[in-house]
Amino acid sequence: MIWDVLGKLLHAFLVVGLVLPLMAALMVWAERRVSAFMQDRLGPNRVGPAGLLQPIADVLKFIFKEDVIPGHVNRVMYVLAPLMVFVPALIVFSVVPYARGMAIAPLNIGILLVFAVSSLGVYGITIGGWASNSKYSLYGGVRASAQMISYELALSLSVIPIFLVTGSMNLESVVAWQAQNVWLLLPLFPAFIIFLVSSYAETNRLPFDCPEAETELVAGYHTEYSSMKFAIFFMAEYINMITFSALVVTLFFGGYTLPFLELPAGLWGTVLSGCIFAAKVSFFLFLFLWVRWTLPRFRYDQLMDLGWKVMLPACLVLIVCTAGVRAFIWPG
Amino acid sequence: MRAIAAATVWADNTPGDYLPLFLLLGLAVLLGATQLIASHVLGKRGVPSPAKDSAYECGIEAETSAHTRFSVKFYLVAVLFILFDVEVVFFFPWAVFFGSGDPAGIFENRQALMQFAFAEMMVFLGILFLGWYWVVKKRALDWEEA
Repeated sequence: MIWDVLGKLLHAFLVVGLVLPLMAALMVWAERRVSAFMQDRLGPNRVGPAGLLQPIADVLKFIFKEDVIPGHVNRVMYVLAPLMVFVPALIVFSVVPYARGMAIAPLNIGILLVFAVSSLGVYGITIGGWASNSKYSLYGGVRASAQMISYELALSLSVIPIFLVTGSMNLESVVAWQAQNVWLLLPLFPAFIIFLVSSYAETNRLPFDCPEAETELVAGYHTEYSSMKFAIFFMAEYINMITFSALVVTLFFGGYTLPFLELPAGLWGTVLSGCIFAAKVSFFLFLFLWVRWTLPRFRYDQLMDLGWKVMLPACLVLIVCTAGVRAFIWPG
Repeated sequence: MRAIAAATVWADNTPGDYLPLFLLLGLAVLLGATQLIASHVLGKRGVPSPAKDSAYECGIEAETSAHTRFSVKFYLVAVLFILFDVEVVFFFPWAVFFGSGDPAGIFENRQALMQFAFAEMMVFLGILFLGWYWVVKKRALDWEEA
């Protein structure tokens, strides 16, 4: 019993304490390098080979910077807000099957837990914006909360066609279904588009980064944050990007499987499946950067219109169509 | 394919399966708190100055409190979200049951179950859609001032 618990603790620590932060650091490096290349610059290339150690240097710098708590803020909320964003971001990853048979908590409520926990991050952002007692922060926080709850509707509605087809909320069985039939991308392409767009809005990434639109709001909800508290907001955003990429891969791109590839049994197969998963996730992480430097930012009213007047009814129509096809044409 | 999906849906999780979540919660809090404390302990000791205690407004001194009133639209969006999100939650069990078939064997065949479930949900969806249409017509979601 005690070894069982310790094993689970170790598993959780390895994934969210080691691999996820490492991936987030890599992603920060990739973002700066890719952004630089897209703008015909070089980007950070001095610390370590190709600048790979730059994020480590950044973290050290963040830790040793002065831990300023400005006099005008609400101290308790100001300090707690980064944690309230960081903790849900780490927990969400628990249900994602990142390799064959591997997930921190393989629960049959799977995706429901993802939505329940990931939406808690809104509190941290809103409270951080409010506690900062600065106009830019407040507007950023309020905008962020309105945006994230609006797109959460589209996000959670866009996965319902998946349940209509696979009949399970367990991410492991969604992957199993795809391995035996076809990647859900093909039958449910519109759902994939809605999920992808909504996940960009949920992670506050361009073209939906109105909460921290630097040309309007300086830095939005984290304007008044510095040193490690800022870094934690930053890390949470990158971990959210990784989680949402992992979800897109799991829900629509067959997760850790490849079509026409029988995974070998044993450890080797598990490692291979993890590599396949990592490769697919990397592509979607790159897509985040690609989109960032391709599309301009939406105006706030356009953003809300897109969420409420386009995505929401589109999801409802999609659900009717999927259910109708299954009920009358292809019962499966 | 059917066997796998159905088996995994109805296999109940025991409370023990949720243990990793709580371990993870503790771990996440610990990781975050460690970083905050580390930066508090190791960080440079700064000199207090009035500039550090004022809100950043691009160099202009802040004149009024930041806790001012903001557009009522945000409240409206929040209330609408709660209404719609509660309805969305009803879709989840329906969709899973619809997709996994009729494990309890209440209906004669799967097709009959699906058509019945489809009809039921059409009524629900119709009401939801009417509500959405009313909200749009009321211009509750229009951000440019009318």
